[in-house]
Amino acid sequence: MSPHLLVALAAILPFLGSAVAICLPGSARNTAAILAGGVMLVSLACIASLYPTVSGAGPVVWAVDWLPTLGVRIVLRLDSLAWLFAMLVLGIGALVVLYARYYMAAADPVPRLFCFFLAFVGAMLGIVLSGNLIQLVVFWELTSVVSFLLIGYWSDNASARDGARMALTITAAGGLCLLVGMILIGQIVGSYDLDAVLASGDAIRNSPLYVPALVLVLAGALTKSAQFPFHIWLPRAMAAPTPISAYLHSATMVKAGIFLMIRFWPVLSGTESWYWIVGGAGMATLLVGAWSAIFQHDLKGLLAYSTISHLGLITLLLGLDSPLAVVAAIFHVVNHATFKASLFMAAGIIDHETGTRDMRRLSGLWRAMPYTATLAMVAAAAMAGVPLLNGFLSKEMFLSEAVDNAGDHPLHLALPVLATLASAFTVLYSLRFIRQTFFGPPPHDLPHAPHEPVRWMRIPIEALVLTCIAIGLVPNLTIGPVLESAVRAVLGARTPDYDLAIWHGFNTPLAMSVGALIGGVVLYRAFGARINTNPRGGPWLMDRLDGGWLFERAMTGLVRGARVLEGWLGTERLQPQLRILFLAALTAALAAGTARGLDLIAPGRMTEFDPAFALMWLVGAACAIGAAERAKYHRLSATIFVGGAGLVSSLTFLWLSAPDLAVTQILVEIVTTVMLLLGLRWLPKRNAAIPVPASEEARGRRRRLIDLCIAGLVGFGMAGLAYAVMTRPAVDGISRWFVEEAYPQAGGRNVVNVLLVDFRAFDTLGEICVLGVVGLTVFALLRRFRPAPDSLERPLQQVRYDAYDGAREGREPGQTTADALLVPRLVTTWLFPFIVLLALHLFLRGHDLPGGGFAAGIAMTVAFMLQYMANGAEWVEQRLRIQPIAWIGAGMLIAALAGAGSWLFGRPYLTAFFAYWEPPLLGKVPVASALLFDLGIMVLVVGASALMLVALAHQSLRRTRAADAEAAAAAERMAEKEPA
Amino acid sequence: MELVLSAGIGVFAASGVWLMLRPRTFQVVLGLSLLSYAVNLFIFAMGRLTVGAPPVLGAVPEIVSVDDPVPQALVLTALVISFALTALFLVVLLAARGVTGSDHVDGREPHRVEPHPGNPLP
Repeated sequence: MSPHLLVALAAILPFLGSAVAICLPGSARNTAAILAGGVMLVSLACIASLYPTVSGAGPVVWAVDWLPTLGVRIVLRLDSLAWLFAMLVLGIGALVVLYARYYMAAADPVPRLFCFFLAFVGAMLGIVLSGNLIQLVVFWELTSVVSFLLIGYWSDNASARDGARMALTITAAGGLCLLVGMILIGQIVGSYDLDAVLASGDAIRNSPLYVPALVLVLAGALTKSAQFPFHIWLPRAMAAPTPISAYLHSATMVKAGIFLMIRFWPVLSGTESWYWIVGGAGMATLLVGAWSAIFQHDLKGLLAYSTISHLGLITLLLGLDSPLAVVAAIFHVVNHATFKASLFMAAGIIDHETGTRDMRRLSGLWRAMPYTATLAMVAAAAMAGVPLLNGFLSKEMFLSEAVDNAGDHPLHLALPVLATLASAFTVLYSLRFIRQTFFGPPPHDLPHAPHEPVRWMRIPIEALVLTCIAIGLVPNLTIGPVLESAVRAVLGARTPDYDLAIWHGFNTPLAMSVGALIGGVVLYRAFGARINTNPRGGPWLMDRLDGGWLFERAMTGLVRGARVLEGWLGTERLQPQLRILFLAALTAALAAGTARGLDLIAPGRMTEFDPAFALMWLVGAACAIGAAERAKYHRLSATIFVGGAGLVSSLTFLWLSAPDLAVTQILVEIVTTVMLLLGLRWLPKRNAAIPVPASEEARGRRRRLIDLCIAGLVGFGMAGLAYAVMTRPAVDGISRWFVEEAYPQAGGRNVVNVLLVDFRAFDTLGEICVLGVVGLTVFALLRRFRPAPDSLERPLQQVRYDAYDGAREGREPGQTTADALLVPRLVTTWLFPFIVLLALHLFLRGHDLPGGGFAAGIAMTVAFMLQYMANGAEWVEQRLRIQPIAWIGAGMLIAALAGAGSWLFGRPYLTAFFAYWEPPLLGKVPVASALLFDLGIMVLVVGASALMLVALAHQSLRRTRAADAEAAAAAERMAEKEPA
Repeated sequence: MELVLSAGIGVFAASGVWLMLRPRTFQVVLGLSLLSYAVNLFIFAMGRLTVGAPPVLGAVPEIVSVDDPVPQALVLTALVISFALTALFLVVLLAARGVTGSDHVDGREPHRVEPHPGNPLP
């Protein structure tokens, strides 16, 4: 396979595996583990096999366009540094899978764990392999999200939830900073491509945007790598299952920040700001982490703070601005990953086999689990920097860098001294870990009797510890070449000469190392017992500085602040919102108007005054004002007034050369009015009993006055604006083109219809989608409709009719109701075919004469509606099966397919086609594909409006059913009472 | 004509806005209807007023001076959408009235009301 394919396969496989794992049943522990292990091994093999290519011929790059206009591509770029990190991610990942299989209990939903785990591996590989800055940030945030899921895996545990939330808050916030930082870098360089960025170090460092970009990028890196003061999330993330802690919080995720700093070291480092921010954070983290680790009683807590401290060490190295320090940093990344992962696994075994991780309760485990104890001791010795183990080599390099880069400022002694001190602390807590857990008297009252774990659970630790020893003994044969090529990938020509030998002769670093070892042992002998009985719980000197408490306070403050702000600026009440909206619109219009000179009267063109038109509008205005006045208590008359206003606007359209609009408006008017009438029935009766306090009355009057002013101003503004525009000469816009081309290009004489179904057909497609969605929404809302109890009574008229029937001989109750509207019923039944014919006529002539799909659809709905009104829903549905939802779907499909038809001829979507066809008798008829599109519109409009009307009309059936159910229940209650 | 139509648009808009600021849902629905008439007429008026020249070409499709078809096409879709909107609001108002027992726009009466028989307030 080609190298590109191998890289792509390795990157995609974990995500595929994750998708498969989530589909497994919850009990499929073995299947999930085999799946995860297989994925890890295949990906590992893919990456491993590329070593010769990568170290010899340079990076393997595979790219596809993602957002080409923004310069964002998906680029997988495997160079030697990425190779090293990918091997760590996959190698340790494979071991963790094996370990997790035996660690997790059968009762846990293990496939879910492996699903998250594989997604995490994929995200991590995504970061490491990213060849594009934006892509890197996307995967970066993905690791934050997945790690949230992994930390909170045992979601019934409150500390797991809190830990997950804190980790997500801190690392995702850092990720957002990183995104902005990356965009700034992209702006400086002019490209988001990693290769381009790595080649423009000077441009970045000399840019005025350098400091903001640096601070933002480091905010991302330092939060992810748990650097002081953002380190607080890491100890709390220990609520995750131990395999996850071993993987995320020692080997991989926390190393993402380190990776980022190494990756961008060539372009971002070398300045004062870098030195102080990165070096300062690293130094603080190194000391705070080591100091806090000493005082932990929980094994995992100790390892968590120790991880923080080692991450600080690596960060400090990167801050030192020396190529040799970068070598040491990369080397220590590998070493720390191996010994820390094995220590976490050992701690997990101890927890698993004894039931506790409290070092004060553990003791003398060496007798019960000699094998595990030996492994843990070797790993801890590597952590402490004991010679012949890998930790010693990188620590030696660190100490020598600390001496060489102390600088010439007054603090030049501080760096070597603090480095030695931190090393001594490391020795102290490593020693405490081993001494407390494995030595001393035999343990008593542990939750389980300790014993060695199953064979398979130890294999991952053995592999890691063997790696520690192999690197420690023969570094040049094991890690040497890999480290060399990784360093070369970062530093290029600046790669220094260095020697991985175990013995460099008697020199200052050796003395510091020995001093730290002896110091650590002495400190443990002096204070070990007192640390165990530390009454204050937290680390000495630092117990008052509780980061978690500060974080919680900050979060509470944030939420409270948001509430206060919401109280000031927001309201749940609609009226103030609308008032503000109208006032804002008024202000905006006024501002725009005054800015360009408010000049309403521009004596230009005027149409001749017609008294009939004025009279018509007098009626219209009266209707509108009448509606406004009556709507509160007289809903029926208000509805009629609104209908009158609609009629006037329809006539205006007709008068002013818009027959299409007039037809559509009047049809819409009919349907809307009927709908409002159907709705009236469910509204409350006039409730005179609502008492209004006297204090409210004055306020109410004032409020109405304000509303009246707003309404008047809006009306006046619209009138003025309309007048100002109408009296100005028309601008020669795009309209002329449409009028000229309607016939030659689309074969239609009705320009408005041609616009809708041909020139602007895509807009119309959107509109009918909206219509369909609204229809379905209305249907869905009404399915769960629960009428107010006071609307359930039978209408007064029906009650009277029934009373009349009951009082007369020979009449059944309900007979009069059934006979009501007999004449209109007959008329509408006869009218039905004619209205359908009218609708078809409107539809067919639409392309050339006023009409079209919208109007035809609504006319068709009117035909159905009349039947419902006159004959009742039950009568209609016995005779006609209307399936409005099917109509909506069919209309959508017809319209969409009519548009897609043009693809067959290689034209863009919705390109219309027309020709003439001469059927017998009818003469020459234009046939346009737009007609098919218009058919879709018509069918959909019928479906949507019929759906709304029928759904509303059906509510009265529901009322009957509810009343029937009530009557049945009452009868049942009566029947139950009788025997008693 | 221009004066009459613009005054009419103003009256429609004012009545619509007034109703939309009222506290009862049915008033708001009617107000929205009136406001959408006003806005539709307003958009239509942007094409200037022409009497007796609809944008429908004759049997021999020669280029004649006709009314601006673009605002008309815009208003035609707006008509149908505002119909859908009115329907949606009507149904939301009915559903809200069923759920909350009140036809106030906020779903509850503004000041404390004695429970009315058949009108159980939460």
